[in-house]
Amino acid sequence: MASEYHSSGEYIKHHLQNLTYGQHVDGSWGFAHGAAEAKAMGFWAINVDSMLFSIGLGILFLFLFRLAARKATVGVPTGLQNFVEWVIEFIDNSVRGSFSHQNALVAPLALTVFMWVFLMNLMDLIPVDWLPYAATMAGVPHLKAVPSTDPNVTFGMSLSIFFLVLYYSVKMKGAGGFFSELAFQPFPKFLFPVNLLLEGVGLIAKPISLALRLFGNMYAGEMIFILIALMFGGSWILALFGGALQWAWAVFHILIITLQAFIFMTLTIVYLDMAHAEHH
Amino acid sequence: MNFNATLIGQSITFILFVWFCMKFVWPPIMNALETRKKQIADGLAAGDRGKHELELAAKKAADKLREAKAQAAEVIAQADKRAAQIIEEAKTTAKEEGDRQLAAAQANIAQEANRARESLRDQVAALAVAGAEKILRREVNAQTHADLLGQLKAEL
Repeated sequence: MASEYHSSGEYIKHHLQNLTYGQHVDGSWGFAHGAAEAKAMGFWAINVDSMLFSIGLGILFLFLFRLAARKATVGVPTGLQNFVEWVIEFIDNSVRGSFSHQNALVAPLALTVFMWVFLMNLMDLIPVDWLPYAATMAGVPHLKAVPSTDPNVTFGMSLSIFFLVLYYSVKMKGAGGFFSELAFQPFPKFLFPVNLLLEGVGLIAKPISLALRLFGNMYAGEMIFILIALMFGGSWILALFGGALQWAWAVFHILIITLQAFIFMTLTIVYLDMAHAEHH
Repeated sequence: MNFNATLIGQSITFILFVWFCMKFVWPPIMNALETRKKQIADGLAAGDRGKHELELAAKKAADKLREAKAQAAEVIAQADKRAAQIIEEAKTTAKEEGDRQLAAAQANIAQEANRARESLRDQVAALAVAGAEKILRREVNAQTHADLLGQLKAEL
């Protein structure tokens, strides 16, 4: 399919472009064609593909789990309930291991983070050309099937978690307590501007690193899939080699997507635990 | 990296998903898990209790059996003793009864003999008188010798 593009650069750019809906420079509303147009739309534009896929996957997750929850019996669990209970016990153990306070929000939050991120990452295993090609057939110019390769998605989650961290920090320690935690350590009190700078950077780094880690891993993985897919445009030997590489990278990627979902969840729990803790 | 309103949309979606999960997914499943855990623990405890009770019952049964055996042995011993006693008593009673009956029979015999002797004496006297009468009828007057005959009769 790469042969349909004028250059491999164009192919890569096309695959990395979200389907952005917004107001064009000339004032009309519509989908952006290319990265420059999407950028020109400014902040008040929306990546339709990211939204649709992420919401769809989230609803899939909640639908399956809600189904199991409604039919949850105390007796011998079967099928779906077995799987759901396995996931929930895994999350519950993780939360018990890392979170040492009482908060009914944390475990469901961790479950949502894990399953949602996992499903969004899982889209990466669908061969890179299938969905964009189908979308092009249907007349949609761009399509990025993996929501977690869109920084808007990862930052959307990490910023929400960051606000939760701020909320619980203030709720648990009081505004003064939270401020003193930021200002009066690690150095003595009279150096509080230095402390504030250090701790402030540390605080801000949490959501940014959380989002960038997931985004970076998924983006890089997607990029490698795209580069491998470029081989299919070459000779049949190259295509065969590409097929083998794609298979190998996909197998390795199963590990990465699970690990990234787990890391995102664990860090969420740890950050919230730190927000609840009285002292570092 | 191109930030746009997707960021806000994602945050809202995320918050809604977490809310839904917290409200409708997590509690029922967790509830089922906890209840099952409790049921299993209860079942195991009940099993332990049952086993313990079985042990106790077996011990009690063994005690009862031993007690019963001891009682039975005692009863048998008592019965043996009683039997021997009864036999002894019966022997004594029989002996006494025998003695009594023997004495009564002897008394009876003596009485009968006495009576027979009395009647025999009367008969002999009458026979003697009759004999004497026959002898004397010819030569002796009965009235004359009545005194003599009376004396004779008394002597017999």
